[in-house]
Amino acid sequence: MKNAAKKIYIALIVLFLYAPIGTLMVLSFNASKTRAKWGGFSIQWYIALFENEEILRALFNTLVIALVSSLVATVIGTIACIAMTGMKRQAKSILMGITNIPMLNADIVTGVSLMLLYISLGIRFGMGTILLSHITFNIPYVILSVMPRMKQLNPSTFEAALDLGSSHLNAFFKVVFPDLLPGILSGFLMAFTMSLDDFIITHFTKGVGVDTLSTKIYTEIKKGIKPEMYALSSLIFVTVLTLLVLINLSPDKKEKK
Amino acid sequence: MRKEKRFHIKWIMVMLALTASVLLCGCASSNKGVNGQVIVYNWGEYIDPETIRMFEEETGIEVIYDEFETNESMYPKVESGAVAYDIACPSDYMISRMIENGMLSEINYDNMPNAKSNIGAQYYEQARGFDPDNTYAIPYCWGTVGILYNRTMVDEPITRWEQLWDEKYADDILMQDSVRDAFMVAEKLNGDSMNTLDPDELTAAKDLLIEQKPLVQAYVVDQVRDKMIGGEAAIGVIYSGEAIYTQKENPDLVYVIPEEGTNVWIDAWVILKNAPNKENAEKFIDFMCREDIALMNFDYITYSTPNVAARELIEDESIKYSEIAFPDLSQYENLETYIYLGEDGDSLYNELWKEVKAH
Repeated sequence: MKNAAKKIYIALIVLFLYAPIGTLMVLSFNASKTRAKWGGFSIQWYIALFENEEILRALFNTLVIALVSSLVATVIGTIACIAMTGMKRQAKSILMGITNIPMLNADIVTGVSLMLLYISLGIRFGMGTILLSHITFNIPYVILSVMPRMKQLNPSTFEAALDLGSSHLNAFFKVVFPDLLPGILSGFLMAFTMSLDDFIITHFTKGVGVDTLSTKIYTEIKKGIKPEMYALSSLIFVTVLTLLVLINLSPDKKEKK
Repeated sequence: MRKEKRFHIKWIMVMLALTASVLLCGCASSNKGVNGQVIVYNWGEYIDPETIRMFEEETGIEVIYDEFETNESMYPKVESGAVAYDIACPSDYMISRMIENGMLSEINYDNMPNAKSNIGAQYYEQARGFDPDNTYAIPYCWGTVGILYNRTMVDEPITRWEQLWDEKYADDILMQDSVRDAFMVAEKLNGDSMNTLDPDELTAAKDLLIEQKPLVQAYVVDQVRDKMIGGEAAIGVIYSGEAIYTQKENPDLVYVIPEEGTNVWIDAWVILKNAPNKENAEKFIDFMCREDIALMNFDYITYSTPNVAARELIEDESIKYSEIAFPDLSQYENLETYIYLGEDGDSLYNELWKEVKAH
């Protein structure tokens, strides 16, 4: 009885989470443009998608921005973490507080203030401003995931490496960095998804003619979202799903059991 | 320790996959125009991308193309000056607001032969509602707001706004979820102007909308289209530009312009006051007014074109003489176009609309 209830509960959660995505995927194969009518099975939207230069350019922009901004944010964030561990307790907690604020802040506040900042500094809006903004809001996520890892480090290993004649830089890359890597990687991935996801900040800081997927989809509101977008969303979803499945199927999971 | 290593390899593979996907779909090309550039700010999906390519090829002017989703989101972007646009394509009432605030630059028709000859006189006439001497705006798309009904779900033909208050159709009516469009219906029904600021007329309109509210299935924006095609409602208020498409999907649907009169909306090209490339802007707008280009855009957007020369080129007779796409405006009385009501007027309308929605 209790088990059945558990299963139903889980089933409900999964249903609510995935019903919208399922609908979208079904509609992406709909030959008719409207959601109200099933016009038969067709892959015409997938073909149209790959012929649509605007959408592909938006996809390219989105991925480039996400990749570059999360890479830069990862480097900056990790260096910040290293510096912070060397600080006094009070300075450290103040700095942690400051990095937490942008995360708690509403996106729209971040977006508008960045826009005003760029205007007042006379920076030309374009790909560069989007990148800067994304790096800005990505850094706290990296710090947040690297910092706990940093705290678990045993400072003696670093000192031991120095005692054994290693240079500072060498000791860092050989001893500290490998231990930090899981934190850095999850920070990178977090930053990557955040950047991929973002609409509001991009909307305020983008320049003319530069669109990411989210802003591109938003401009289609007046005429109705094109089914090509359903096709693209389905493809992205399937890609992410496959990646996740691959990761979870890798051998070490089985070893644990 | 081994486990740790595997873990790392896994994540590195993920990163590699991401990088590869970025590299694979990279194909952005950029060829700077030899004759400078022009920066255009238009609605999303409101132009055939092919026409832009043709313009670039024929003139050597590079088009930097940007899109907006509502008049209200376009305005602050242009006003803030973060980007100096050359051309925008706002709607009627927003153009009158921009004229009032001195944001537009006068049009020199001598440099735009196509705009002068191809755009129908009746559309220039209609545009005078918001641009009194046709000084600033060149109509690009237009349409009416009317009633779309499903003839299998109603007892008699719908011809009047009044019938949206008929209790027979309770829960089968779709209204537009926007202040001006909702009030327009009530104001026209009362025989008033849809640009009225008279407190009594506004209260009357508000009361009428509150009275109708129990009959309304939903206040919606672009869902009218899908809901009507699917037969989820019998009567809906809709833009004429969507009507032909919905009829194609569901032949039972009929579009009418109500007898009490309605809104004729116009989206028009304007050149901004501080446009850095004014000459190129004139060339671009004039190019868009060329009949073959206007026809391509009409086919792509499917909203009515004010370009009479382009209409002549339409091959499909049922569209060329369509009463929906090209109604004879002189046949109808009480057709109006929105104008800007000022900040006070806007907030008054919003206040009243809130009362209706909250009732």
